[in-house]
Amino acid sequence: MILETEALTKLYGRFEAVRDLRLSVQAGSICGFLGQNGAGKSSTIKMLLGMMRPTSGTGRIFGLQIDKPEESIEIRKRAAFVSEDKRLYDYMSVEQLIRFTRSFFPGWRSDIEEHLLREFELPLERKIKRLSKGMRTQTALLLALCRGAELLILDEPTEGLDPLNIEKVLGLLVGFAAEGTTIFFSSHQIAEVEQIADHVFIIDKGRLLLDAPLDQMKEEYRYINLVFDTPIQAPALAFDGIERVQVDGRSASLFASRNVEGIVAQAHALHATSIDVLPVSLKEIFLESLKARSH
Amino acid sequence: MTGDFFPKASVRAGFFLTARRHAGTVLLYYEYSTVKMLVKPNPSSGVPIYLQIMEQIKHAIATGALRPGDQLPGIRALAETLVMNPNTVAKVYRELEHEGVLELRHGMGAFVTAKGHSRSRTNKVQSAQPLVRQLVEKLRKQGLSEEEIRRLFEAELIREEELVR
Repeated sequence: MILETEALTKLYGRFEAVRDLRLSVQAGSICGFLGQNGAGKSSTIKMLLGMMRPTSGTGRIFGLQIDKPEESIEIRKRAAFVSEDKRLYDYMSVEQLIRFTRSFFPGWRSDIEEHLLREFELPLERKIKRLSKGMRTQTALLLALCRGAELLILDEPTEGLDPLNIEKVLGLLVGFAAEGTTIFFSSHQIAEVEQIADHVFIIDKGRLLLDAPLDQMKEEYRYINLVFDTPIQAPALAFDGIERVQVDGRSASLFASRNVEGIVAQAHALHATSIDVLPVSLKEIFLESLKARSH
Repeated sequence: MTGDFFPKASVRAGFFLTARRHAGTVLLYYEYSTVKMLVKPNPSSGVPIYLQIMEQIKHAIATGALRPGDQLPGIRALAETLVMNPNTVAKVYRELEHEGVLELRHGMGAFVTAKGHSRSRTNKVQSAQPLVRQLVEKLRKQGLSEEEIRRLFEAELIREEELVR
């Protein structure tokens, strides 16, 4: 595991920003860290990068402890990141900032810099403080991607970008992954996580709701709609693998996280007159997980 | 890690620039790319992306668009063109190799096997198509929507899997 946390917790007074978070990221994967605004994504990333101390629990990146200052410096040398606020030196021009940053990193990838400047069409002369939100994001990405790091930790890397530029950024990330770079990125955009991630973590109110390979989720989660000849009671449908049951007279709608074939067999045994099995998108899995949590 | 990080513009246009040694000289020529016949997957469809791409490749073979010996794009080229996870592309190739549709030659790439394109398989798929078409037309005439027909097919396939076990 290139990145892992154990019982990572951050409290602000009585507010639980992050609670007992256990993440583990395999080298070479693209992990999507999904949650609503305020779910605890940025607090987690700040702790990973040593920009914030955990209240309790810990984590390791490259086997180095995130809450030990000297080890955290080593982590930040080897991992590139884009922070939530895309904090940059406002008084510099884009060109000055690139030159300044480049001087710190011997492994700077000039080929990538050139390519990104062309792709993003950034105004080199313009001062950072006069950049639009999208251009700030692009500049922060450029500075992170050119470092040739083995791990990218990105907090909302497509924030403020239009669909065309989002696709460009996703294409770039995919290219880095193909070179062996591990990518851990947060987003509240389900679509982009669904497009490039192979593993998904869903966080809500500081707690991990879901942690699974994306393909596995798509293969195992299903909506199953049943119709019977006579009215049915919900407890009769409490099969193994069912996350939620909604009964309305003779029809029932089930949300299953696994064991779909077993459930269908049991529905047959109960003489269901109609059995519909529907695939579930990540968006629906996400919304169902939030619903289940609030009950 | 290679220095040549970004694909040539030609790759994105759907062509590969291929270098071949010939009598001591390097000839450069454009090779028609199979990337062109594959389309971007639909990430939110509920069907895993690797299954979508596997289906596309099998379909290309069944229709004869891909023939035995044809080479598929490299993992990186396909991942970048379709903007999808390279691990997923690798999974597609592995699964298709497992099914005998592709052969992975070390350091060379993925190639369509003779088995993948066996006549009988192609014929089976082609002869099944009118059956499905007739059935779908019939169901449509009975007033079923596209979505309802799709659901019926999926429910039936899952039921079959269940019966087989």
